[in-house]
Amino acid sequence: MTIGIQTAAYVFASILFILSLGGLSSQESAKRGVFYGIVGMAIAILATVLGQGVHGHVYIMVAIAIASVIGILVARKVEMTSMPQLVAILHSFVGLAAVLVGFGSYLDPKTHVLSSSEHTIHLVEVFIGVFIGAITFTGSIVAWGKLEGKIMSKPLLYPGRHAVNIILLIVCIIMGVMFAGQEGTDGLLYLYIMTAIAGFIGVMLVMAIGGADMPVVVSMLNSYSGWAASAAGFMLGNDLLIVTGALVGSSGAILSIIMCEAMNRSFFSVILGGFGAVAASGDAAAMEGEVTALNHEEVADLLKEAKSIVIVPGYGMAVAKAQYPIYDMVQTLQKAGKKVRFAIHPVAGRLPGHMNVLLAEANVPYDIVFEMDEINPDLPETDVVMVIGANDVVNPGAQDDPSSPIYGMPVIEAWKAEKVIIMKRSMSVGYAGVENPLFYKPNAEMLYGDAKDSVEKILGFLKA
Amino acid sequence: MKVGIPSEIFPNELRVAATPKTVKRLQKQGFEVYIQHNAGIKANFSDKDFEEAGAKIVATAVEIYGKSDIVLKVKEPAMEEVDMMKEGLVMLSYLWPAQNQPLLQKLADKKVNAIAMDAIPRISRAQKMDVLSSMANIAGYRAVIEGSYHFGRFLNGQITAAGKVEPAKILVIGAGVAGLAAIGAANSLGAIVRAFDTRKEVAEQIESMGAQFLTVEINEDGATASGYSKEMSKAFIDAEMALFKAQAAEVDIIITTAQIPGRPAPKLILADHVAVMKPGSVIVDLAASSGGNCELTKNGEVYTTDNGVTIIGKLNQLPSQASQLYGNNLCHLLDDMGKAEKWKIDMEDAVVSRAMVTYNGKINWPPAPLPVSPAKQKVAEVVVEDPKVVAARKNKKEATSMVIKLSVIGLFLLMLGQFAPSAFMQHFTVFVLAVFIGWQVIWNVSHSLHTPLMAVTNAISGIIIVGGLLQTTDDLTSPMTIIAFVAILVASINIVGGFVVTHRMLKMFKK
Repeated sequence: MTIGIQTAAYVFASILFILSLGGLSSQESAKRGVFYGIVGMAIAILATVLGQGVHGHVYIMVAIAIASVIGILVARKVEMTSMPQLVAILHSFVGLAAVLVGFGSYLDPKTHVLSSSEHTIHLVEVFIGVFIGAITFTGSIVAWGKLEGKIMSKPLLYPGRHAVNIILLIVCIIMGVMFAGQEGTDGLLYLYIMTAIAGFIGVMLVMAIGGADMPVVVSMLNSYSGWAASAAGFMLGNDLLIVTGALVGSSGAILSIIMCEAMNRSFFSVILGGFGAVAASGDAAAMEGEVTALNHEEVADLLKEAKSIVIVPGYGMAVAKAQYPIYDMVQTLQKAGKKVRFAIHPVAGRLPGHMNVLLAEANVPYDIVFEMDEINPDLPETDVVMVIGANDVVNPGAQDDPSSPIYGMPVIEAWKAEKVIIMKRSMSVGYAGVENPLFYKPNAEMLYGDAKDSVEKILGFLKA
Repeated sequence: MKVGIPSEIFPNELRVAATPKTVKRLQKQGFEVYIQHNAGIKANFSDKDFEEAGAKIVATAVEIYGKSDIVLKVKEPAMEEVDMMKEGLVMLSYLWPAQNQPLLQKLADKKVNAIAMDAIPRISRAQKMDVLSSMANIAGYRAVIEGSYHFGRFLNGQITAAGKVEPAKILVIGAGVAGLAAIGAANSLGAIVRAFDTRKEVAEQIESMGAQFLTVEINEDGATASGYSKEMSKAFIDAEMALFKAQAAEVDIIITTAQIPGRPAPKLILADHVAVMKPGSVIVDLAASSGGNCELTKNGEVYTTDNGVTIIGKLNQLPSQASQLYGNNLCHLLDDMGKAEKWKIDMEDAVVSRAMVTYNGKINWPPAPLPVSPAKQKVAEVVVEDPKVVAARKNKKEATSMVIKLSVIGLFLLMLGQFAPSAFMQHFTVFVLAVFIGWQVIWNVSHSLHTPLMAVTNAISGIIIVGGLLQTTDDLTSPMTIIAFVAILVASINIVGGFVVTHRMLKMFKK
């Protein structure tokens, strides 16, 4: 295959990737989008493998075959509730691949014959590519650990961590300067040291971020993995890698921005970490009013009387895997002629769009699922709002308590409805570690217990 | 602690201060409950019901007043009842302290700590113990039911084979709790409902209950800090009277609910208003006990005037229902005061200190004023800027910052072009353009598809496999090949896993 045809194939693949992402603008075109992506990827791989200068076809096929089996098995088996973990661990693979490609490119004898300025540029590219790749790799593993519950989700904060990070960064830059000055592969040691430091930075970066900010972290790592691919493209002089990496990188960046906006926080404050440990205790005493609890039968009675019901799901629903009984309940209520809708907060769950995926898994049609901004104006006319395993996203303190750490974050105004039922395991605070005044409102009632259990019991009373 | 419930001695008082349900609640709060023989009989609660609920039946009122620490009553006690009370007794009942000075004096002399349930301040926290609201709710409902009984026609409009029936027109005067309850009940029975109130702020509440808000052309607001209406100016009252006269000729049922605490009810429906009403019309006067809103109302009587208008001056109290709600109100108050074990008369408490009209031998009335009510605070006028000016200013600011940003970027690119080789610049061009395309495309992605987006970008970022592919050699022992092999392996897992999982997710989305 000539270089010309290969380039043409790359351009075509790039177009398909763009169409693939564009397809996700609506549910109808999304499936087509995935198809474009698959075709694009196939073309890209074929054009590369069949191009000039590629050797070891056997090894390549073996590697892809093994990987395909693993990939399919994992992707089939994973439960929708653990989607965030899967995404996080897949990011780490890209990071690892970027590190490996960087090392490979450095060891590649072909690059050693470049002219001196080009050689220097190449070394810088390798260095940056490995740096980003290593951060993505270790950061994603920590994120996976936190999501999986293997690492405590509380942010790990120590005094002077910003200073330490900056010092490490400076050390990396010094390593880079020394690395760029070495002939042949003599600079390998510097590259090793930098990789280790970058890996450490990745760990510390994510360790410092609290559980509530996981959606931001995951999308941020998504972005990094894109930039890592782009950097690899620069070092290999491959435009397809650059384009694709840039697409992924900006996609992740946008998602991070959307998530941050949804939590009303600056991107940097999230990245630098340290949220979620503050406030917590002191405020608890200041709560006024009393918390009243209902039993399942009373909740069922309330639902029977209501005409319009809005359900606000949160991470608690994911943990309890309550989406199936919830949809059963919704269907029962709909048959009784009630208007039932779902309200999804942009940061509900641990991944952007997490709740939508779970509801879709239970076959909830997406035209009864609404975003926060769509549903908020309707809440004053709603009879009952059921908050299922959500906490911070319905916290009125975000609107009326300037001392609250989440003050200013847009929230679902559940308290404006006639009645609010909050299904929760206990009175404990949410992931943001903030007390929720909603529970103390006179129109709010608690229903304690596992979300799935509770919903099933309510369903029993509804059908009885 | 012992809670006692005597029989109500006033003959027209059918209610009782506890029901079997509230007796159970009182016991849960830790009280022992004693109830006088046949106390609940007029409200359809037998001694047996009470006994089953756990109360002990006592034969006489003397024993109740002698044994109990707390006495629950409905109607204010008669003097002979006060004589039976012991020192330090806590008594909860209606007291109407403004009208009953001698009674207060006597209670104070006996050192009875009397809580006037009708003096519970009407603040949000105290709503659950607000007997005026709970009783007014019943009265408003009952006013419509009894009014319609005496009216003798359908309330809703019907077109039947036997002819057309016009809907009844109901005028509700005063939109407090009773008025609003009446509007709701009348509306749901199908009548055309109009309502009048001097307070402008209730217009919205009236309309929300389904009535038309009537108003006079004079701009005067009757709202006060206490939540009740004040008495209005002469000009306003004249206009109001003219309005009522016009309405009286037109409507079929008038329900009046206007009361001013501690004073006789205002006379709103005069004799000449009644004179213009159609024969068969009905006036239900909920203010009858405090003098009546209608000049012709006779308290405690239902009668028909010479021109055929029925004026209702007494209502069935729905004693069973009313006792239940009243009993609940009492339970809530006792709950608030610490139940049995942590019982405390806390004179710092805004609710208790205002309702406790006699305490330790002193009369504690009238209480310090407490502004109530949802009345919206008058917000200071904010200087509103012309939105166009604001927009223009914002525009200018944005333009300036854009120019600065672009200059910085331009400068950076210029420097880059100066030093970097041309091959790098070509790649860089592609990179920048790709970032922009990505930026534009991704903003269009629907919120609900963010998880699939992430999975798909994940799969696509597996494109880094190309790097591995280019680095493989035929020599499996070379470190480069090993590295490339691993790179290809992990990148492929990413590609395959990412696409499969995305596909799985998208398959689930359906309309």
